[in-house]
Amino acid sequence: MWLEVKAATRRFEGRAALDGLHFGLAEGEIGCLLGPSGCGKTTTLRCIAGLETLDQGHILCRGELLSGPGVHRPAHQRGIGLVFQDHALFPHLNALGNVEFGLSQLPATERRRRATDLLERVGLADRLDAFPGQLSGGQQQRVALARALAPGPSLLLMDEPFANLDVALRERLVGELGELLRRSGTTALVVTHEQQDAFTLADRIGLIQEGRLAQWGTPYDLYHRPTSRFAAEFVGRASFIPACCDGSGVLQSELGPLREDPHSTHCSGPVDVLLRPDDVVHDDDSPLKARIVERSFRGAEFLYTLELASGRRVLSVVPSHHDHRVGEAIGIRLDTDHVITFPTTG
Amino acid sequence: MSALTRAPAATLVLAVLALPALLPIAATLLAWSSPETGIWAHQLQYVLPRVALNTLLLVFWVGLGSLLLGVGLGWLVAFHEFPGRRVLSWALLLPLAVPGYVLAVVAAGTLDYAGPVQSWFRSAGGPDLRWLQVRSLGGAAVILTLTLYPYVYMLARVAFDNASRTMLEVAMTLGEDQRGHFRRVMLPMARPALAAGLALVCMETLADFGVVAAFNVDTLTTAIYRTWYGLFSLQAALQLAGLLVLGVLAAAWLERRSRGRETYAVTRPERERMPRRRLKGFSAVAAVVVASVVLALAFLLPVWQLSAWAWQHTADLDSRYLDFALRSLGVAGSGALLVVAAALLHGYALAGAGHAWARGLGRLATLGYALPGAVLAVGVFAPLNTLGGLLQGTLVVMFIAYLARFLAVAAGPVEGGLARIHGGLDEAAATLGAGVAARLRRVHLPLLRSSLLVAAILVFVDLMKELPITLMTRPFGFETLAVRIFEMAAEGEWTRAALPAVMIVLVGLLPVYLLSRRLDHVA
Amino acid sequence: MNPARALARVALLLTLVAAPALSADPLVVYSARNEQLIKPLFDRYTRETGIEVRFTTADAAVLIERIAAEGNNSPADILMTVDAGELWRATERGLLRPLKSSVLTSNIPAHLRDPEGRWFGLSMRARTLAYDPRKVDGASLSTYEALAEPRWKGKLCLRTSKKVYNQSLVAMLIAQHGEARTEQIVRGWVANLAAPVFANDTQLLEAIAAGQCQVGVVNTYYLGRILKDRPEFPVKLHWANQGSGGAHVNVSGAGVVATSRQAAAAERFLEWLSAGEAQRFFAAVNAEYPANAQVGVDPLVAGWGQFESSQINLGEAGKLQPQAVRLMDRAGYR
Repeated sequence: MWLEVKAATRRFEGRAALDGLHFGLAEGEIGCLLGPSGCGKTTTLRCIAGLETLDQGHILCRGELLSGPGVHRPAHQRGIGLVFQDHALFPHLNALGNVEFGLSQLPATERRRRATDLLERVGLADRLDAFPGQLSGGQQQRVALARALAPGPSLLLMDEPFANLDVALRERLVGELGELLRRSGTTALVVTHEQQDAFTLADRIGLIQEGRLAQWGTPYDLYHRPTSRFAAEFVGRASFIPACCDGSGVLQSELGPLREDPHSTHCSGPVDVLLRPDDVVHDDDSPLKARIVERSFRGAEFLYTLELASGRRVLSVVPSHHDHRVGEAIGIRLDTDHVITFPTTG
Repeated sequence: MSALTRAPAATLVLAVLALPALLPIAATLLAWSSPETGIWAHQLQYVLPRVALNTLLLVFWVGLGSLLLGVGLGWLVAFHEFPGRRVLSWALLLPLAVPGYVLAVVAAGTLDYAGPVQSWFRSAGGPDLRWLQVRSLGGAAVILTLTLYPYVYMLARVAFDNASRTMLEVAMTLGEDQRGHFRRVMLPMARPALAAGLALVCMETLADFGVVAAFNVDTLTTAIYRTWYGLFSLQAALQLAGLLVLGVLAAAWLERRSRGRETYAVTRPERERMPRRRLKGFSAVAAVVVASVVLALAFLLPVWQLSAWAWQHTADLDSRYLDFALRSLGVAGSGALLVVAAALLHGYALAGAGHAWARGLGRLATLGYALPGAVLAVGVFAPLNTLGGLLQGTLVVMFIAYLARFLAVAAGPVEGGLARIHGGLDEAAATLGAGVAARLRRVHLPLLRSSLLVAAILVFVDLMKELPITLMTRPFGFETLAVRIFEMAAEGEWTRAALPAVMIVLVGLLPVYLLSRRLDHVA
Repeated sequence: MNPARALARVALLLTLVAAPALSADPLVVYSARNEQLIKPLFDRYTRETGIEVRFTTADAAVLIERIAAEGNNSPADILMTVDAGELWRATERGLLRPLKSSVLTSNIPAHLRDPEGRWFGLSMRARTLAYDPRKVDGASLSTYEALAEPRWKGKLCLRTSKKVYNQSLVAMLIAQHGEARTEQIVRGWVANLAAPVFANDTQLLEAIAAGQCQVGVVNTYYLGRILKDRPEFPVKLHWANQGSGGAHVNVSGAGVVATSRQAAAAERFLEWLSAGEAQRFFAAVNAEYPANAQVGVDPLVAGWGQFESSQINLGEAGKLQPQAVRLMDRAGYR
């Protein structure tokens, strides 16, 4: 494991910002930390970077202990790069100067070459002389990235790197970032609250809830096999309908019979079944009807909130050429192989 | 900051505000229209080389000393925790309350051959300290550094106190420890503030007459006075002063050029400050000792000596002293208000001015600070007197001359404060229905309060100490504490001058204390 | 509101209000002589005659510029200075009015006033040698010029050449000996200096007492001031150039400003200052010598004995002052 975070705990004024966090990244992997505001994502990054100390637990990088009981290697000796949320470019240096900042051990020509090279790779070859005040948000982000990458860090941390950018720019930069990181083989950990970016970028996603790791896995796993209700609701959209286990792996619900996911724990008795919007499809021939209560145009599709006969609501994604109005009843059926169940919350 | 003023109005305002400073500057430059060739031949051969060298050396040493002391002490106080830090952090500003000429006289009286220190040494059989020549260029440099370092210290502290913790963390992730960060990030980012402080120090040094006269050091300013008083030629004296002005202009232009296109983006106030390192053992002791020694030399010892002298002459303390004190306070207070208001107008006008030459005009308005006080007074006085007897018996000429001289002092903090007002704030307020006046009152002024207060206090303290302009332009019987010092000192009654000097210092203490409290709150 | 601000506002209002327009009655004096040396005398005049005397103090050069700039609007009636050179300068610029007062011409000796009656010395200030009797035998002292001799090397202390008193001294030497010889003398002085020149005579006297040097040139009243507080002060005076021209003297004097609207009243004031008690007081308050030879001197001053004073007209001090300053620059006398 290139990066190991073991049972990391950090308290602020009695409250635990991190509580027994435990995960790891292999070399070259890109990880993302997802979670609601204030859940501890940024604190995690700061602890790994060495800007905060751990109260308990260990942090290791390339097998070396960086933080642990009685051990805290200062940030400037960790060789871990950090891209800050507001980029934090040095205002008194131009783009080239910023990128060269961490390269002071190299001779001047080598420094210049490396910095220019990086800036070219992020597409800013023509803005070397520009000062931060003269650059746009996206350009600043790229300079910050180049600056963090220049010293060849063993680990790159990024705190909400795309927070202040518009959607189109963000999508493009996410793609570019992924490519840049994979080509250079850099191991990276990115904090973001944009699920879409996490899905695109990450090899592994960690979902953090109140300082604890709710789930650590691939994006696919997180979406299709959430291990907790919180995860299910946070990642992607979720609807729940009650069902009953009959012990043979078949669930009976008001939308028909369902098969339980083999990875899910065997259930017994009443459970709640997780349905994703793409699990509920429009079918004019279906005898099951649901009334449209809300609709949201998404371009290629509509997101309908449907009310079932029982009064329960589910979400459904429907291609947008099926234009129905609120209040209409449409036929639906389930289109899913296996479902995830959770204990009924009551 | 989005401009509240339109370009033509701004230019007009700048022109009006620049007028008080332009009068004396123009007088010095116009004096060249009929150069006194006889005098100049003599000056060039016997006076100018030595005087120019001395002046350059003095400005260099005082600038360097103030920078080292100001930045060093500011760094010590802002980033370290040691016993007495809190008291020292504001006490180190106290030398602002002591006029330079007073400190010089105290030093000469105390450390000279005939003074108590050397006399004691001799009577105790110690070595002959004759070589310790306090009345020299070096001595003047030390005295000026001790009185002027607070300008740099103050601005350095503001810059350091507001230092971005994020910048430190960025630097750390790029491999620099705290020291490296200070050297490569914080200092460069503090450069505008430090440059402003250094500019003030250098201009004060150039214009200083009291210290160099007390120590008999020949500088450009003493040469100006000598040409005027001794050679009976105000014209030639103004011509010399014109050289001074050109020198200052050149230096200012150089500084602007070297600043280049660096844009010092405004950082939003951070939740968290930079951490302070707790000093222990030897380093803690060293810190306390260094700061205390500076404080002792620049403030405590001189004030103690002054008090001792004043004690010998308490008979002088009659009811008139209350008048002197009140007048000093009145002049300093109203002068401060006037100058700060002008500086605020100046700052807004600068932001709104369109052409570069309009901005140049604005910069010119702050150059009065470099002119020796009496020269400036004459430069202002002479043209204004052509207005007839209108202004006699009033304080108008005095205040116009004060404006010319002290706009620079107020302009620095005010411009800094204005720069901190985001354009976005202005625009947000506009969309919420606030007109220009309302925005000024409800958004700008609250945000500017600290800067305005800092500016007011600086000008106040300077006006308390001010002598040459007051002397020349004051109405009859209008005596302030500084004038009193002149009266005593002019005939060599130095110890009698200690009483008004002590009063000036005492009166200045409160504003200086307030200043430091305000600095702690500057966000 | 900040109490200081309130105070400031009140004070400003008061001062603006309290500066009334000038009436014809009060006399206005622009004085380079300090307040404490003149106010008691002016108050006395007011008591005797009911005429108020208003004054402002500043350096003479500044006052002269002020009068010149104010022109016809100048409120000044009298210009009072501490040096003859400054009075000469004022006459050169046409700022002083010639007076034809027999009182003044009989009270003030000819060499202490302007031949054309534009200014009159009111007190005489002698500048002579001071020495440490414990180290120097008074008999070995003779003239200012002799101080340039090599035997005084490392023993001489002087005040700065920037002060007008030394400028006048050198100017009078030029009047007596011509420029070339005077430059020699001054160079000799500079070579004999025991310490860098002093900013004022009091420091100089202290230096002699402390032993930093043995002889110097001072205005007598500085020693007078010290002796008033410390009668046991060891330094003594030696009258220079007795028998070879006399000791150098200067005057603190006054003239009526040309644009004065109360020339007659001003003239009467000067006449009052030139006689009797006023003269005695004018001089005694600062241990100086009254210009009016008929008036007695302060006992302390009398103790220094009679002396022959230079009779060269003090206008020369002003006329030759620029030359003297240039000479001192050339000779390195700072």
